[in-house]
Amino acid sequence: MEPPEEPLRPVIYTMENKPIVTCAGDQNLFASVYPTLSQQLPREPMEWRRSYGRAPKMIHLESNFVQFKEELLPKEGNKALLTFPFLHIYWTECCDTEVYKATLKDDITKWQNVLKAHSSVDWLIVVVESDAKKKNKTNILPRTSIVDKIRNDFCNKQSDRCVVLCDPLKDSSRTQESWNAFLTKLRTLLLMSFTKNLGKFEDDMRTLREKRTEPGWSFCEYFMVQEELAFVFEMLQQFEDALVQYDELDALFSQYVVNFGAGDGANWLTFFCQSVKSWNGLILRKPIDMEKRELIQSQEATLLDLRSYLFSRQCTLLIFLQRPWEVSQRALELLHNCVQELKLLEVSVPPGALDCWVFLSCLEVLQRIEGCCDRAQIDSNISHTVGLWSYATEKLKSLGYLCGLVSENGPNSEDLNRTVDLLAGLGAERPETAKTAQSPYKKLKEALSSVEAFEKHYLDLSHATIEMYTSIGRIRSAKLVGKDLAEFYMRKKSPQKAEVYLQNALKNYVAEGWALPITHTRKQLAECQKHLGQIENYLQTSSLLASDTHLTEDERKHFCQEILNFANEQKESPGLKVVLSMHSFAQLKHLHFDPSNALVHVGGTLSIEITLLSQMPISVQVEQIAVSVHFSIEKNSYRKTAEWLTKHKTSNGIISFPNENSSVPFSRSSSPALELYEMYERSPSDNSLNTTGIICKNVHMLLRRQESSSSLEIPSGVTLEDGAHILKCSNVTLDPGVNKIIFRTQAKEPGTYTLRQMCTSVGQVQFVLPHIYPIVQYDVYSQDPQLKVEPLTDSLLAGIPQKVKFTVTTGYYTIKNGDSLQLSNADAMLILFHAENRAIIYSNTREKSSEASLMIQSSEKVTSVSLPMAPAYHMIEFELEVLSLPSTPTSGESDKLVNKEPQRKNKEKQKAGNCMVTLDQKVSIDCPWSIYSTIIALTFNIPFKATHSLLSAGKRKYIQVCVQNLSELGFQLSDSNLIDTGNSPDLQLVPLNTKCQKGNKARQEDPRELVGDAEPKNSIYIQHIYSKQSVFFVWELLWTKELPPSLHCHFSLDFYPASEDRSISLKPYSYEFQVENFFTLYNVKAEIFPPLGTEYCKTGSLCSLEVSITRLSDLLEVDKDEALTESDEYCTTKLMYEVVDNSSNWAVCGKSSGVISMPVTARATHKVHMEVMPLFAGYLPFPDVRLFKYLPHHSAHSTQLDADSWIENDNLSVDKNMDDQTDNSSQKSKSSSHSAASVEHKGLPMPRLQPFPSGQVFNSSTGMQILVIPSKDDHILEVSVT
Amino acid sequence: TVHTSLDVVDEKVSAMGKALVDQRELYLGLLYPTEDYKVYGYVTNSKVKFVMVVDSSNTALRDNEIRSMFRKLHNSYTDVMCNPFYNPGDRIHSRAFDNMVTSMMVQVC
Repeated sequence: MEPPEEPLRPVIYTMENKPIVTCAGDQNLFASVYPTLSQQLPREPMEWRRSYGRAPKMIHLESNFVQFKEELLPKEGNKALLTFPFLHIYWTECCDTEVYKATLKDDITKWQNVLKAHSSVDWLIVVVESDAKKKNKTNILPRTSIVDKIRNDFCNKQSDRCVVLCDPLKDSSRTQESWNAFLTKLRTLLLMSFTKNLGKFEDDMRTLREKRTEPGWSFCEYFMVQEELAFVFEMLQQFEDALVQYDELDALFSQYVVNFGAGDGANWLTFFCQSVKSWNGLILRKPIDMEKRELIQSQEATLLDLRSYLFSRQCTLLIFLQRPWEVSQRALELLHNCVQELKLLEVSVPPGALDCWVFLSCLEVLQRIEGCCDRAQIDSNISHTVGLWSYATEKLKSLGYLCGLVSENGPNSEDLNRTVDLLAGLGAERPETAKTAQSPYKKLKEALSSVEAFEKHYLDLSHATIEMYTSIGRIRSAKLVGKDLAEFYMRKKSPQKAEVYLQNALKNYVAEGWALPITHTRKQLAECQKHLGQIENYLQTSSLLASDTHLTEDERKHFCQEILNFANEQKESPGLKVVLSMHSFAQLKHLHFDPSNALVHVGGTLSIEITLLSQMPISVQVEQIAVSVHFSIEKNSYRKTAEWLTKHKTSNGIISFPNENSSVPFSRSSSPALELYEMYERSPSDNSLNTTGIICKNVHMLLRRQESSSSLEIPSGVTLEDGAHILKCSNVTLDPGVNKIIFRTQAKEPGTYTLRQMCTSVGQVQFVLPHIYPIVQYDVYSQDPQLKVEPLTDSLLAGIPQKVKFTVTTGYYTIKNGDSLQLSNADAMLILFHAENRAIIYSNTREKSSEASLMIQSSEKVTSVSLPMAPAYHMIEFELEVLSLPSTPTSGESDKLVNKEPQRKNKEKQKAGNCMVTLDQKVSIDCPWSIYSTIIALTFNIPFKATHSLLSAGKRKYIQVCVQNLSELGFQLSDSNLIDTGNSPDLQLVPLNTKCQKGNKARQEDPRELVGDAEPKNSIYIQHIYSKQSVFFVWELLWTKELPPSLHCHFSLDFYPASEDRSISLKPYSYEFQVENFFTLYNVKAEIFPPLGTEYCKTGSLCSLEVSITRLSDLLEVDKDEALTESDEYCTTKLMYEVVDNSSNWAVCGKSSGVISMPVTARATHKVHMEVMPLFAGYLPFPDVRLFKYLPHHSAHSTQLDADSWIENDNLSVDKNMDDQTDNSSQKSKSSSHSAASVEHKGLPMPRLQPFPSGQVFNSSTGMQILVIPSKDDHILEVSVT
Repeated sequence: TVHTSLDVVDEKVSAMGKALVDQRELYLGLLYPTEDYKVYGYVTNSKVKFVMVVDSSNTALRDNEIRSMFRKLHNSYTDVMCNPFYNPGDRIHSRAFDNMVTSMMVQVC
């Protein structure tokens, strides 16, 4: 219990503040109850329902009970809340009505009046009852009466304002019950009072706040009022609400400052704009900084004071709320904000003062937080505090720079003055921290005291900050602090320490491609390296900077000049060469080969044009540009000839190099492109599509962690390759931008040359491009001389002059004067030459270089073509005319062979078209470059094909020769001639072509035949034969004596190409053949007679057919065969006849075939009658009558060879005999087709049929027709139109 | 400054990733206050980061305005990305994008 004489100073703001409850009435009674009361009251929480929809809260109530005094009651207008008595309690023990009436009632009334006078309605009357007293007065009024009386007297409507407390000091259930009831009542009433009073207060406060636009309004006053509220909340342990009050104040103030900045200034604010004179940081160790509070109360606070105070209060509350991390966060905001606000309000601040303030504040906050948390907590929440650390570091740095503590020489007098001023502004150290060794105040003072101390403190802070950043993974921030540190080291002239930090930062920037930080860091690094004397690194960095477009032109020039200076300096002392990466110096853009296929022959010149994009800001005189070349001989045995390479290298000779983004040289453009593939997954059961997707195949490349790009930055990897092959170009000036440099080289050895490195030398500095990518190669080849002979047309035709193209590829061989090609003549091929044969010489690239005439000399065996002079790797082309003689009548040697050969070939090739007979001619050529001769085969096609046939008319015989032109050319034919090679005098061949051309026309008519203009012309008949046409020639065979069984004939024909004149005499085309068995043995004559009594044949009526077979000659050699039966000089032979009607015009009635026995004597006649019936009306051709030799089956010697040739009853091969089966050979070749069909008959002894050679049977009724008229009752007339 | 702010972006993004997989809020808020600047961050769903640096003295810009600016920027960026001729990773040379950014700057300053 507070002593009654407690000093009522309203300014004791400690945490022990409790709401005040006054007590009136029986003080002794209260004193006896108080211990229990003060103990019991906060035990149970109470729900506090609040106005304005604020959430209800559970509160543990505590109270400060003081004796009632009238002074305690607030005066009108006093806003002090802390000292406000929230509840007034009147205690009484009275149980006697008399006493009540005498004293108590008056007392209570008086008390009530006082309360009323102060319009206080929160009161409570407690009546304490005790059994002890009751016992004494058992007979008097029941105890309730006093309570009732009091209730009646005072609590006219609020009956709950009177509470009975029974036996408070006893320990009984009843006592407990009454205590509980009382406490509940008390709590409820207290809360009601809070609600009411606080509500009223808040309303007042709001009213005050609404007046803020009025001119006289003062923020400080309002501040005090709202803080009062905050205090109450704090008193009620409602820190949240208290914090809200401060936050509101904070926001209000901030808003004012912002408005001020916008020109809407409040009067009171100008007060805060006074210049800052003290910057002693935040003080967070005391819950309430009374010093500052008083300043605010007296309206003397500066902005910093106000902010400091406000924050210290917020900080206190946040720590109560166990939210220290919010403190750090808010601290950072506050510090930034204050700096901004001071700027905005244009408050004059001595230089460095703010830095001091911020620094002190940061450390203060950090120490405060450390003070209330343990180590582990701090470590796990570095991310919240690290900002403060880095801020403090930054500020200390700027202080250091300001006070000259960073320079090498230490602070000068001006710096010292400034330091003194700053320290003065700090004031004296606070008593609270005076004992702590590490107080922010002491730290700052010490740091500013000397250069060494500053360095120590600064390094401590920096390292701590970097460490913290690193530990929470803010690498980039760490690098930034590191850069500051590097700067510091540079100022301290210790570049070796700075370099590490710069390199680290640079690595980081480069990896992430931040162009501007790269530039900036590089600049620092360059300076650092210069100090360190790392020449190579410095030059490399300089070159990078010189090419950096983010720098100004002047700076770039400066760095470029640095390089050039160095290069020139070192000229005198050779030996020291600095190798740098070319990357920054210049970029390779294009490369252009000439010749464009990057292919040269040995000894040829190759020029390479390189486009370099110089990135230097000024022109650079380059002593030498060299490209080292790697030489490799082709491994595979495939010889790269010019043709082959030309085919395969179709590029235009320009190779472009990937364009790096010059502004961000190391951006991710270098990373490989995504290789995406579609992916389908089908279910194995029904092949339906399960999943599809895209697969990136080079994930491992793309997702690889980007390592430090050391290869680019550190030129250690740049080494000069010493190759034997180097392309050089000296004294070149590289202007900024695009430059073209041309290298020329003479190809020496064949093989593949790969460009590897490019090196640019400026004095002693060499810029090296370590790899040229994509791979650039050129090939040097060596080629053997070659001769190629090919016909000009698709195929060569024999018999006429044909042009053949000779192509000499010289290769490495140079054709000298007198070199010639020696062509050994083939027998059947002539080489024709004219006076002016011209050879054209082409260069390697198929450009025509010159023309020369060709000398051709021909001896008996050898034709020599002297070649014109030509350099190596050229081509000479010329044409020669050759003439191949058609089928050569070398001797009488087997004409059959000549005939058979083409025929078989014809057969083979017939399917593929009408092919020509070919002749191969071989020429061997001796070349000057080779001891071996080249054999060249030329294939000639014979343009004609001749066939012959024997025609008969009774006994008269004719020979027809058909010449077919197979070539594409048209020819003129003349001098057709047929002679008998047997030269028998009694044989005569009379040409029907020349003499009776017109009379024979009927004979020559043939669907395929075209008789050209066969006009006589100087007794030479020239006929044109066009491509794919045939011409027929006919001779009559006249004989005087008996005929030989066979006849050898030779047909010859002159021909010329139709397009050319006949200036050259050409060998005639010749054709040899043999005719056998041409003498007519039998004459078959068929006659059809209409039925007796009628004039014409009628359809449907039988007519009689009479076939008469007449033997025309006596026994001849040819008759001597198996069919002949001889008896007493009387010979007969067996013949079989057959009547066949192929066109089914006739119906043969009865036997259509039969065997007859024919006497072998002249004019022996055999007649056969049979019945035929015409089936159609009109002129019907006679049915065919065929005659066969009937050979009875004989002994073994009619072997399979014969068996093959006999012919069955069908008409298949018999028909064809008319056309071409003139000789046995063809029959034999045909017979093979029947062998399959005749297999079944082979074993059976059956008579055989043998057809006569076509010349032996003459059918005199061939082609005869007979008129058949329709039968009368036949009304149907069939008309067939064909 | 922009560079170091990426630290915070990373931190926030990874924290977000842990918290909610389908985080709809792309705006990261104030990343990194310094004495002179305020750095705001924004990250798209495909982890493209936008960073906006505002002068600290510029008090006219509230959180909401920054947010809408980011949203505009994001839309415009999406348009650029939709251009079939744009090669992701290249420098953005889009007049529309530039105009949009410029107009935003003009509006603010």
